[in-house]
Amino acid sequence: MGKITFIENDQTVHVAEFEAGSSVRQIAVDNAIPGIDGDCGGECACGTCHVIVSEGWFSKTGTLGGEEEQMLSMTPERTSTSRLGCQVVLTDEMDGMTVHLPEFQM
Amino acid sequence: MTNKQKETTVIVGGGHAAGALLTTLLQKNYQQEVVLVGEEPHPPYQRPPLSKDYLAGEVDQASLYLKPCSVYENSGHQLRLGVRAKEIDRDNKTITLSDHGTLQYDRLVLATGSQVRRLNAPGADLKGIHYLHDIADSDALHEELVPGKRLVIVGGGYIGLEVAASAIKKGVHVTVLEAAERLMQRVTGPEISAFFYDKHRSAGVDVRLNTAVTGFEAGDQGHVAGVTLGEGSTIPADTVLVSIGIIPETALAEAAGLPCDDGIIVDEFTRTEDPAILAIGDCTQHRNLFFTNRQRLESVANAVDQARTAAATLMGEEKPYDSVPWFWSNQYDVRLQMVGLSQNHDQRVIRGSPLDKAFAVFYLRKGCVIAVDAINLPIAFMVGKALVRQHKKISPELLKDPDIELKSLVSSPQTSS
Repeated sequence: MGKITFIENDQTVHVAEFEAGSSVRQIAVDNAIPGIDGDCGGECACGTCHVIVSEGWFSKTGTLGGEEEQMLSMTPERTSTSRLGCQVVLTDEMDGMTVHLPEFQM
Repeated sequence: MTNKQKETTVIVGGGHAAGALLTTLLQKNYQQEVVLVGEEPHPPYQRPPLSKDYLAGEVDQASLYLKPCSVYENSGHQLRLGVRAKEIDRDNKTITLSDHGTLQYDRLVLATGSQVRRLNAPGADLKGIHYLHDIADSDALHEELVPGKRLVIVGGGYIGLEVAASAIKKGVHVTVLEAAERLMQRVTGPEISAFFYDKHRSAGVDVRLNTAVTGFEAGDQGHVAGVTLGEGSTIPADTVLVSIGIIPETALAEAAGLPCDDGIIVDEFTRTEDPAILAIGDCTQHRNLFFTNRQRLESVANAVDQARTAAATLMGEEKPYDSVPWFWSNQYDVRLQMVGLSQNHDQRVIRGSPLDKAFAVFYLRKGCVIAVDAINLPIAFMVGKALVRQHKKISPELLKDPDIELKSLVSSPQTSS
């Protein structure tokens, strides 16, 4: 069990608990957190679960897959620590992580 | 009156559109009471996995739910599940339910979805003939996916082909019968159809095009034993799936006198003719500012985006619906992503090669990109979203030139879909 903090674009803060093995998208959706849509159900098909991982945590989230890289490449709010929430599988190492949500999902 | 009572918004339907609407209202802190009436015993769930991962037994039922039940329980809103809305009384603003209860509404949202199109042919009511629309259907079909069994799929559209891919992986003998001259003819161009034809054939699926079904042959105890074809032959079958499309579920709206024409007619704010009644999702024949003609779309994206439009309308924000449609399908290791509607194209431009297993078809009309179908090429889908929305002329030479980055063809950053 760990905690992850989502910060909306308007700075609203949501703290959610997670079990290792869930994806960031799943936790956001299960907790009805606004600003992360995940319309395709987590299949890396829609690009609507963009999150910006806090500096320092990014390296713990694994590496971007080729498809994820392509899906993010048109995202205007993309930063060097952007990920698709459906592709980040939470581990105990990510307990305490903060992710920021963009103003718009694609 | 200082203590104004809460209004009641009733959502009829328990599918993706209904679920997305309730969630959006929750996220926007909607202050009125919401009651969702769903015929199935489940909270709103995702249907796409019913022909893929869920059918294959790779994910469990709870993972299909759009939200865990606790989200609804903590919301103060109500889910009335396992109950069907039988009749709308627009004069008194009430709905009669199948459990003989009635609900009073101030605002009503119809998210009644669709029903499967049934094949009307001799033997169509034999045991072992399946349709695929809900969890119960997927569970029943899952039981049949046993190695060595013979599954005949009538209809080579998204659902039929996704089931074929799921079933062949399980060692089932699969035959797909398609009446048209190519697969997925209604929704895609010939290059994509040909790619999937080859993909299924090489996986071992017996795909037969231009093949009309005339009926079903009975075996023991009223169970199907074969599918009879137009030219007189019969294909032996242990199980049959009929996947020949859906028809919008409009009976409730029609009985209430709401205008319908292959779907409940709604404007760009998802409003029906009755200002108290909205309709969203597969059941609607809707206005989308992006198109000149009304549309009826069968897709998750449309259900979710119309739900967001309806939420805005309910909250007095009035944001017109103008989403560019998009779709996806997974079969084997192939991801198909589609954006726009390709039906009226006058030119197709291929980028990449089907032989590389990663390519895209750009559909142009009068020089503008109106749709893109991307196979294992998400960048073409994402760029396609922007190009379709921009609707400006673009050179086919640039689209197919591998030395030109697709991204560079989009003129300015998009901020919202």
